[in-house]
Amino acid sequence: MSTTTAWEKVEIARSSTRKTSLDYIENIFDEFIELHGDRNYRDDKAMVCGLAKIGDQNYTIIAEQKGRTTKENIERNFGMPNPESYRKAIRFMSQAEKFGRPVITFIDTKGAYPGIGAEERGQGEAIASSMLKMAGLKVPIISIVIGEGSSGGALAIGVGNKILMLENAIYSILSPEGYASILWKDSSRAKEAAEKMKLTAKDLYDLKVIDKIIKEPKDDFEKLVKNLKKEITTITKELSELSEEEIVEQRYQKFRQMGEYIEK
Amino acid sequence: MIVDKIKKREPSAKRNVNRVDIQVGKWVKCTKCKEILYKEDVKNNANICPNCGAYFRMHINRRLESIIDEGTYKRFDLNIENCNPLGLEDYPTKLERLRQKTNLEEAVACGTGKIEGEDVVICIMDSGFLMGSMGTVVGEKITYAIEKAIELKYPLIIFSVSGGARMQEGIMSLMQMAKTTAAISKLNEAGGLYISVLTDPTYGGVTASFASIADIVLAEPGAMIGFAGQRVIEQTIGESLPEGFQTAEFLLEHGFIDKIVERRELKHTLYKLIQFHK
Repeated sequence: MSTTTAWEKVEIARSSTRKTSLDYIENIFDEFIELHGDRNYRDDKAMVCGLAKIGDQNYTIIAEQKGRTTKENIERNFGMPNPESYRKAIRFMSQAEKFGRPVITFIDTKGAYPGIGAEERGQGEAIASSMLKMAGLKVPIISIVIGEGSSGGALAIGVGNKILMLENAIYSILSPEGYASILWKDSSRAKEAAEKMKLTAKDLYDLKVIDKIIKEPKDDFEKLVKNLKKEITTITKELSELSEEEIVEQRYQKFRQMGEYIEK
Repeated sequence: MIVDKIKKREPSAKRNVNRVDIQVGKWVKCTKCKEILYKEDVKNNANICPNCGAYFRMHINRRLESIIDEGTYKRFDLNIENCNPLGLEDYPTKLERLRQKTNLEEAVACGTGKIEGEDVVICIMDSGFLMGSMGTVVGEKITYAIEKAIELKYPLIIFSVSGGARMQEGIMSLMQMAKTTAAISKLNEAGGLYISVLTDPTYGGVTASFASIADIVLAEPGAMIGFAGQRVIEQTIGESLPEGFQTAEFLLEHGFIDKIVERRELKHTLYKLIQFHK
């Protein structure tokens, strides 16, 4: 694990053969029904939402979805959500709360889509509202970073009680290219940026941004899925001990403590 | 990307605007009408160009003077400085230089004060400090202010101006979006009033967190407000952007702000809105 450089992780996380949210969802859960639409404008396919079960336990699923083929990628806008994705997510969070289901979010995006329509329909407001909804949600939320977790588009569905991250996933303020472009005015220095940015699972665990690193056994997706299923079940059980107030408070304190500063 | 956007829109805007507030010479050129103006005249005119009415960006102190009753501002006793989570070599020196140059502690000032006699908690951001970007200290100060507003039961007023989350602190800056937003969730739960005032420019992680989710969102005329920077959008879609895209007027038309308010009317408008919530 330690021999892989940050940039190599970026390449693994972005690889076109890497498993996507639906691969995990279909294999982790005993049952899954996808449900569509934000009831406002359209169904944005960059986000998959629905209901799932492990045994008798119901879950609400909210997942950023990249395409597995070029055709699917075009349909799914390469996993870059428009505001409707976040509004769809919010709709499913409300239902999860109404019916007392824990929420599982899968994070995998290059970022929220930067387009004219996205701005017209309030991309910033949609992301903020999704985080606001999560912050006050009275049911447990488990967030899993499975591939690329880039910028506000990722965090928008990442305000969880527990945050898991796959060993070769990345999570960052922006893509390394964007970061290099802003800080050094040179996007070709992305590789160098990746090493600086602390975007690997190990870095983020040390920074206490994530709670747990999920190992990725080489060429054994089945084992990974089994481990994730176990993690989800265990954490669900743990969090079900908490009252609604405690669930909200635990999540609040988790994010409240993020970011070190020096007191003078 | 956001800083680039601003540069693209007005190649000389940042430098000229800063010239108004940072003590360099007595003259300033308006970025809109290109008129050479006496700096004192601009200052005495609410940082508005006396010739064409364009808005200059405001230093925190000047904004405080224009909004808060004289002598009533008390900054929160929260004396914190940034760590350097990514270990960037030039970041601490850059911050130190900025503190000296701008006479500011950070990109936001927070405290209590009165608006026409009404107690408020107020946060004011400043574009002169790393483009008003939100790192850990900005996030902590804003969160602290929100929690104070809950505790004191005062209305919360935040004046935003920001390029977004601060790159130099990487993921920890991103997390400040969740932290500040969660605090707003608590404020909502407690029934507190929050008014957000968007000023030029407000972008990225600030637009996509506390700035957009107030009970009432106001903006100054002509302010540039958005999530993605214009250059990034142009590069992504491969075409140029429509006239007036991402202006306060554009946001009003699309339903994302409540009202555009002239700078000179802001204080009294805030007062009137507070009156509706008493």
